[in-house]
Amino acid sequence: MMDFAYWLPIVWAVILVAAISIYVVLDGFDLGIGMLFAFERHPDRRDVMVNTIAPVWDGNETWMVLGGAVLYGVFPGAYSTLLPAFYLPIVLMLLALIFRGVAFEFRVMTRGTGREGMWNAGFMAGSGIAAFCQGAILGGVVQGIRVVDGAFAGGPLDFLTPFSVLCGLAVMCGYALLGATWLIWRTTGVLEASCRRWAARLAVGLFLGIVAVSLWTPLLHAPYLRRWTDWPNIVFVAPVPVLVVVLGGLFVMGLRRGHSKGPFLCALGWFFLCLSGLGITVWPYAVPPGLTLWDVSSPPSSQFFQLVGTAILLPIILTYTIYSYHVFRGKVTETDGYH
Amino acid sequence: MQYAHDPALLLARFQFAFTVGVHIIFPAFSIGLAAYLAVLEGLWLRTGRPVFLDLYRYWIRVFSIVFGMGVVSGLVMSYEFGTNWSIFSKKAGPITGVLLSYEVMTAFFLEAGFLGVMLFGMNKVGRKLHFAATCCVSLGTLISMTWILSSNSWMQTPRGYSIDPATGRFMPADWLAIIFNPSFPFRLVHMGLAAFLSVAFIVGATGAWHMLRARKEGKAASEPVRVMFSMAMWMAALVAPLQILAGDAHGLNTLKHQPVKIAAMEGDWVSEDHAPELLFGIPNMKTEHTDYALRLPLAGSLILTHSLNGRVPGMKDFPRDQRPPSPVIFFSFRIMVALGMLMMLVGLWSLWLRRNHTLFTNPVFHRVALCMAPAGFLALLCGWVTTEVGRQPWTVYGLLRTSDSVSPVALSSMAFSMTAFVVVYVLVFGSGLGILVRLLARAPHEGEHDTSPVHASDILGARMHPGVIDPSSGKGA
Repeated sequence: MMDFAYWLPIVWAVILVAAISIYVVLDGFDLGIGMLFAFERHPDRRDVMVNTIAPVWDGNETWMVLGGAVLYGVFPGAYSTLLPAFYLPIVLMLLALIFRGVAFEFRVMTRGTGREGMWNAGFMAGSGIAAFCQGAILGGVVQGIRVVDGAFAGGPLDFLTPFSVLCGLAVMCGYALLGATWLIWRTTGVLEASCRRWAARLAVGLFLGIVAVSLWTPLLHAPYLRRWTDWPNIVFVAPVPVLVVVLGGLFVMGLRRGHSKGPFLCALGWFFLCLSGLGITVWPYAVPPGLTLWDVSSPPSSQFFQLVGTAILLPIILTYTIYSYHVFRGKVTETDGYH
Repeated sequence: MQYAHDPALLLARFQFAFTVGVHIIFPAFSIGLAAYLAVLEGLWLRTGRPVFLDLYRYWIRVFSIVFGMGVVSGLVMSYEFGTNWSIFSKKAGPITGVLLSYEVMTAFFLEAGFLGVMLFGMNKVGRKLHFAATCCVSLGTLISMTWILSSNSWMQTPRGYSIDPATGRFMPADWLAIIFNPSFPFRLVHMGLAAFLSVAFIVGATGAWHMLRARKEGKAASEPVRVMFSMAMWMAALVAPLQILAGDAHGLNTLKHQPVKIAAMEGDWVSEDHAPELLFGIPNMKTEHTDYALRLPLAGSLILTHSLNGRVPGMKDFPRDQRPPSPVIFFSFRIMVALGMLMMLVGLWSLWLRRNHTLFTNPVFHRVALCMAPAGFLALLCGWVTTEVGRQPWTVYGLLRTSDSVSPVALSSMAFSMTAFVVVYVLVFGSGLGILVRLLARAPHEGEHDTSPVHASDILGARMHPGVIDPSSGKGA
């Protein structure tokens, strides 16, 4: 039983990080496309942008519901301390996601009534605010929260620091890059050309953001610094920054040579490396700086029951999610019958 | 009952009630409408009659709006347990969090995964596969309802747990006992029928409206309008009486497991045999008396125990700090029952008219059916208020108090979020309602299935968005 209680939280941490990663990249390009409305004003091209994600955004957002539910069922100690700690940015993010979500339907349904502009603005602002809040919350978790007796004991604006703001901006930049590279893959013509230009600038922004966050994070807590500098850890963690630079080179090549999927895959790689880096930094804490995975876990009977279902259901979910993407594969254009 | 003097607690409760009250409308709408769409598409595939495809295309636009609003308002709920009720989620999360996770994995992904194919994919996957997608979405809504009602019922009638003495956490001991707790089957049936009935009355009112309009213009109602009205009235006639039986059974179950809830619903203070039923009254929690009571002798015992001398509980049997607020649920319960009776009468009336072949020609009936549009949803909300407020002052019935469940969130944050939720919900869901009304005000036309040469290969998804398939959409009515 002791081993069970030790290993189950680790297995669940891996599943949760995987679910969050899937959410981040899938809804990342959705939210990025919303933000790119700021650069693309042409109504037809905006429709193409939305049409590349209209059939799949629902499923993408469901990964976030899964993240919340898994945290609630498997790590209730984390759910019940993190959510009150980030009360304001979470509420703001949820409200922003409401605007973003309904705008898919409403901007089309209100076409010709003069109110479409409002929902386009809601789509854009909702995406941007949600992205910023997600980054700020992530930054806030890394910098840690004040916990007394297993409950959040800080103030409502504790999360708001230069570090969390930097993380918020970096995530906005990263999502916009995911959106732009997704559109390079899925569109043609003027829109694709614009996206290549935007992607180049956004990649520079994200790269600077990654460097800044990477240099700042180890200074937040002493264990973070040791994780990255102590021997022999350094042998295992050094590939992460090296790969970030290598992917940067591949990205520039892909963009210049007109690759269709390459830039998107590089952006995905960057997100994967950043999330891995964060995981390495924070491990084994669920709520830094005080609560470990085991401190916040639900009893093994809960974690095991949920694991059985997950082991069966997650592969099925992934299968039909991939099927759904497969049905709507290929380039989306203004003239291919969608409009 | 402690009337939560702490303003932060009061705001947390009000915010949760408001957000869940708005949310519950959309999944209930989706449950009913997805099933209706699956039936329509199935009938179309089987009979080949174009009217079913016309109706499918008409209602899928509504579905895409309603489902979207359900997704975004539901996302709020999955985080609000933690933001507003962190102590509850910490203690009960090992049980309710796991049930919610199963809901996400078995239902939400299924719905979201096949929704894209359902809305946009008919020209891409073929008819049978598209029908399978519609069925998957409908199945997803039903599975979702099952899990969330299991979780909700567990909070009302907790079973299969032990309490960890060190932390006060609920530890799962028997998952089958947790999932199939005593009130779950009754709640599931009652809620499922409520969802079907609510949608039946929306569909019926839409049909009635278009028949009244056609009559005003001196035309006969089109076939799709008549078919949708007829289907809706069949549903009302069959389901409304069933719902009353289900509600009665649920009431007996509640009497067994939560007698004080029944006493508060009935405004009864002293337990008695040969109890009367109060048709009206104003329960007063302070004086422990129901003022202005209008009594129907013996009916209370008859309804609650199915015998004239059955013993009916009173609130005085229970300590003051364990009584739910009777003035709220006394009325919400009565409004629900009254609406249920009205819906049954409409259903029976439709049978009578159908027998006389005047179902499509009686304008008085059409006006009544139009007015009954919100009846199902209002009854559903009243029922929800009755069962949830009736659970007070507990979150986990008899075990964890609401006042001990709330998050340590500053009053200022709570006030800010409450304001923001109200403003955003009124704006967003108000606009959504406006869009729905505009969609429904446009008559479904016959021959919507005749695809123009541009969309020759396509049935539904010629254009990416279902709202713009139809050349006349956007003009409104």
